[in-house]
Amino acid sequence: MTEVERWPRIRDIGLAGKLVSFGDTLSDSANRAALAFRAAVEAERWEGIEETATTLVSVYLRYDPLRLGDDALDERLAALLDGKDWRAMPLPRGRTLWRIPAVLGGPSGPQFIEAASCAGVDAAQARRDVTEARLRVLTVGFAPGQPYIGELPERWNIARMTRLNPQVPGGSLVVSIRQLIIFSGPTPTGWRHIGKTAFDCFRPEAERPFPLSSGDEVTFREVTGEELDYIRATDLSGNGGATREKMK
Amino acid sequence: MIRALHVVRCGPGVTVQDMGRAGRLDDGLSEGGAADRLALSEGAALLGQPVEVAALELAGTDAMLRAIADIRIALTGAPSQARIDGEPITFNTSYLLKNGQTLILGYAVRGNYSYLHVGGGFDTPPLLGSRSTHLAARIGGPVRPDSLLPVAEDPGDRIGLTLDVRERYGGGVLRVVPSFQTEQFDAGMLARLSETRFTRHSHGNRMGVKLAFEGAPLNARQQLDILSESIVPGDVQIVGEGEPFVLLGECQTTGGYPRIGTVIPPDITLIAQARPGDPIQFRFVDRAEAMIAYRDYRGLLSALPRAVRPYVRDPHDIPDLLAYQLVGGAVTGKEEESHGGVEDDGFGRP
Repeated sequence: MTEVERWPRIRDIGLAGKLVSFGDTLSDSANRAALAFRAAVEAERWEGIEETATTLVSVYLRYDPLRLGDDALDERLAALLDGKDWRAMPLPRGRTLWRIPAVLGGPSGPQFIEAASCAGVDAAQARRDVTEARLRVLTVGFAPGQPYIGELPERWNIARMTRLNPQVPGGSLVVSIRQLIIFSGPTPTGWRHIGKTAFDCFRPEAERPFPLSSGDEVTFREVTGEELDYIRATDLSGNGGATREKMK
Repeated sequence: MIRALHVVRCGPGVTVQDMGRAGRLDDGLSEGGAADRLALSEGAALLGQPVEVAALELAGTDAMLRAIADIRIALTGAPSQARIDGEPITFNTSYLLKNGQTLILGYAVRGNYSYLHVGGGFDTPPLLGSRSTHLAARIGGPVRPDSLLPVAEDPGDRIGLTLDVRERYGGGVLRVVPSFQTEQFDAGMLARLSETRFTRHSHGNRMGVKLAFEGAPLNARQQLDILSESIVPGDVQIVGEGEPFVLLGECQTTGGYPRIGTVIPPDITLIAQARPGDPIQFRFVDRAEAMIAYRDYRGLLSALPRAVRPYVRDPHDIPDLLAYQLVGGAVTGKEEESHGGVEDDGFGRP
């Protein structure tokens, strides 16, 4: 079967969950499909659906199996999927474009050079790859507000390390498999630590506790360590000097 | 008037918990909430209040608390030695902790998570719709010794009620339904999951519990190359070393380790309350069987408020019957007698 024939698939996740997946590898079109299909499911407002969320290539639905039968939900999902090319759907409206200051390399990004060499480029090209790309928040997950941002050029399809970084601070920028993450909090990781931001992904007390949403677009602006220190001292919003702009 | 509990002393692992923050997976925040949801519902039933009310969760620790105002209390979950001003009290029973009285909770005798419920509930500030501390997300934090926990006004007044609770300590058989990644494991691995006698590993917390076993590692066909996908509490994740890890409410929202199946909601309390060394087994069940168990469980939860009954002591347990006041669904009043003197009957009634 071809990739397009095997997907989408509707599968169970636990007793009270469904996963509608548009692939088993990340692609721009599968990610678009997941974002669009979640919006469509939300718009249906089916009784018994308690929550929906997107991952890189799937939509997760949590439901109450005593109110909405398993088979009935499968049928509804299949009917909603049918007849539309979800991979070709436009991205949702009302997204935000973020421009986020980041320090690359040096003590703030001790594995920047190593990551660049894994990608087969020199430091200057690596800087351009990270800062010139218009990237997308592919999904928010694992930890509160934590974005998976991509996709970088194909050469950045570098594997996770088998030996973990024991602890990387919150706000760190890490890279692997054509994606960047800004860490929500301090965490051990198998991703390479290439930089730092002053962007706070999760602000429990703020009006917008989770500033980033799946589908938002992101560019990185390189700053020096001193500039980031200044930003950190003067921008108390949690944005770490980032600017935001509503996309039409 | 101030209503509060003064936490005079406590070890680490004491947090305020309610039913958690379901509904924020798209923002990367897992639901969290009480590790033993059933215990939370039992406490709410004993005090005749909604299940959303916040309680204190004690994870493998002891505590000493003093009442500031008369406060109804009930203890549920992992049973421990508990005393009000030195007099033993019983789990799964409601009492009045009078202004100035001291409640001492010992280390749990069985299980991991004990709960202290108060009439009106703890009135700590809610955040994102819940008072639950979410340690992994750094929402709130452990209760510190010598802190004051505000208690909301209590619309209820009944005490001296008890509840027969479901036995859930010492491990057991966890029913598992297949999940979307079960197909990543071959038949031999699935058989081994069912046949292996696991024990709860010493490594475990509110995010998840590791299982120990003897024999070759359990592995998926492609252990390393799996795209990160949604996680639900109860998922049995096989980590890099081939060991199963049962995920609980405070787990991460997505993960790249393959999951062999999902423990059904009624059995999550068994793994949450299992102690290091307790035996654990898995049994795959089909969806029909799982739904029967789930329906029963939901029925049990909704029947709890009607299942409370007056606490009546077995006369054989009471050395001098005349010295005690027998309370039967008593109502607290200004003239109410202390319910001290009710002696320990072995804790953790089934």
